Amino acid sequence: MKKVLEGSMAISDSIRMAEPKVISAYPITPQTHIVEHLSQMVADGDLKAEYIMVESEHSAASVVLGASACGVRTYTATAAQGLLYMEEVIYNIAGMRLPVVITVANRAVSAPISIWNDMQDSMALRDSGAIQLVAENNQEAYDMHIQAYKIAENPDVMLPVIVCVDGFVLTHTFEVVDTIDHIEKVREYLPPLNMQYKLDVNDPFSFGTIAEPSVYLEARYNLSTAINNSKSIIINAANEYKEMFGKYEGALIDPYKMDDADTVIVAMGSVLGTIKDVVDELRESGKKIGILKVRSFRPFPADEIVNALKNIKNAIIIEKAVSLGKGGILSCEIRDALYQRKVYSVNVNGYILGLGGRDITPKNIYDLIMKAEKEENIDGEFFGLNNEMLNKVF
Amino acid sequence: MLTNMLTKEDTHKQLFTMGHTGCSGCAQSMAVKLIMEVLGKNTIATSATGCLEVFSAKFPESSWNIPWIHSLFENSAAVASGIEAALQITGKKEGITVLSQAGDGGTADIGLQALSGMFERNHDVLYVCYDNGAYMNTGYQRSGLTPYDAFTSTSPSGKISYGNNRPKKYMPEIAMAHRIPYTAVASAGYPMDLQKKVKKTMSIKGSKYLQVDVPCTPGWKYEPRYSVKIAQLGVQSGLYPLFEAEYDKIISVKKISKKVPVEEYLKLQGRFKHLFKDEAGKAEIEKIQKIADENIERYGLL
Repeated sequence: MKKVLEGSMAISDSIRMAEPKVISAYPITPQTHIVEHLSQMVADGDLKAEYIMVESEHSAASVVLGASACGVRTYTATAAQGLLYMEEVIYNIAGMRLPVVITVANRAVSAPISIWNDMQDSMALRDSGAIQLVAENNQEAYDMHIQAYKIAENPDVMLPVIVCVDGFVLTHTFEVVDTIDHIEKVREYLPPLNMQYKLDVNDPFSFGTIAEPSVYLEARYNLSTAINNSKSIIINAANEYKEMFGKYEGALIDPYKMDDADTVIVAMGSVLGTIKDVVDELRESGKKIGILKVRSFRPFPADEIVNALKNIKNAIIIEKAVSLGKGGILSCEIRDALYQRKVYSVNVNGYILGLGGRDITPKNIYDLIMKAEKEENIDGEFFGLNNEMLNKVF
Repeated sequence: MLTNMLTKEDTHKQLFTMGHTGCSGCAQSMAVKLIMEVLGKNTIATSATGCLEVFSAKFPESSWNIPWIHSLFENSAAVASGIEAALQITGKKEGITVLSQAGDGGTADIGLQALSGMFERNHDVLYVCYDNGAYMNTGYQRSGLTPYDAFTSTSPSGKISYGNNRPKKYMPEIAMAHRIPYTAVASAGYPMDLQKKVKKTMSIKGSKYLQVDVPCTPGWKYEPRYSVKIAQLGVQSGLYPLFEAEYDKIISVKKISKKVPVEEYLKLQGRFKHLFKDEAGKAEIEKIQKIADENIERYGLL
């Protein structure tokens, strides 16, 4: 059924359909609406779950860790500082191979404090072992959460999945979302969690043991292999979802108007909507330009991205995050993927914009395209700076 | 309850079993064994990072014949909260004890926030703090439960210092301030008393806090054969009062049978040896005696 839903409502509604048994969260803007909706569902009996109101994000993640280790489906959500506070626990959840689903309502990190959107928070977790999927709009946010459980709980994966949703831009914005009418269909897509190893008095098992140097390397190799191999599971989850619910927003990547394109913009998340408007207009005026959406940031679809980009002239990477002391993150990884596969012909330029909720307008995108096509070797240049604000101490 | 001589077969059947790498004379491992004897096999346990976790669960071996999980240093109580919630929602909680364990640092310092949250939500969990009075696993650094004047590697005695310059945090009172149904303090020196208190927790719904004094051979610097004796002297001197509380009211105390001066307790331990060097040290011992006397007065130990 099509409904006009705030992004947070869409997410909480899809979580309701996935039927987690234990939810735990701590309030932080712009995640709060999601967990408020869920707590109301629990209060009304529409979702039969334990909703644990904890004293911090660290405990929120720890509660779902403990519950997940018992073999029940779990959920938490956070943003920004909350995610950084959870970081230690998320590494631990991944290392223990627990299929927790976490929404990150992407928000800038402090200092200076900013409640507004960018992707610096989830980027800080990129090496944690958690899968990271990025939603473009509210429909995809809805669909992606149900797929997230399917991926996380696959016996060959058994990893946490972080679903990245741009704070405010999606979480607080109303869009038409086509929701699933019958929970039975979701149950068919997403069968009950059945964990081989769990905390069970009838089959005692020790979790989180200490690894000596003789075994730690292998433990991390196994984790690395599991997340790398999850690519095919992510693809299958998207395809099965398409078959059952008729919705498909890409799997690892999603190309847009890329046939015959000379120039391709690569981006993640809600900014893709603005970029699509600009590209549509440029296409009408005859410009050979397309878009490559990166939907799975971890595992990083290096082969798929290189295949999509290898025959183009210009790749323009637009990202709302920065690796301080290095530059772009997505652009660095794309350049690395191309170089490693000996594709030297693509002119890759990476730009950082929209940090801390700065609007990215169609004109910004247009100006950036015109500029980027004339440039070379740009690695994480800040675009749209107001010179009057430079050299101030915040 | 307390066993006599154990055969090897008996030891294999224990829920916290042989093969762990705890130090000889480790009072913590004694306490764990005693607690598990009472709780039985229908127990799911968490451990914070620390001695117990390290010496009981070195991959691929484990001394735990019950389901057990170690996550991080500061989240034992939160992980236990999640386990309890999962058992409740799936209808499996009845008859199962959730045991959350940590050392004094994992309880009173880095884990205090998560523990306070667990108490405030009143999860049906037995939380046990094994108090050896310092970060023993990392090499005897000071914690919030290190006693006054104890030498630790971060509160060393020196030319102008007598060691740890702050008294021990009153952690059981912090637990009681949460109005949880049951708080108790026990000692590895009094196994029957410890087991009686553990047994009692099994009939109480909600959060239970049990703090156990567990002398540490390398950290307190004494010969392994003195573990039980030192634990007993801690109680008999008044420095480690044993009591039970329901909500915010103390309901029973273990009376001191024969009061001993704190000196008897201190002199067996290398961590206090700097107090016996000079006259100024004697003044410090008097201060420690005052702490013991205040405890005796406060809890009515005589």
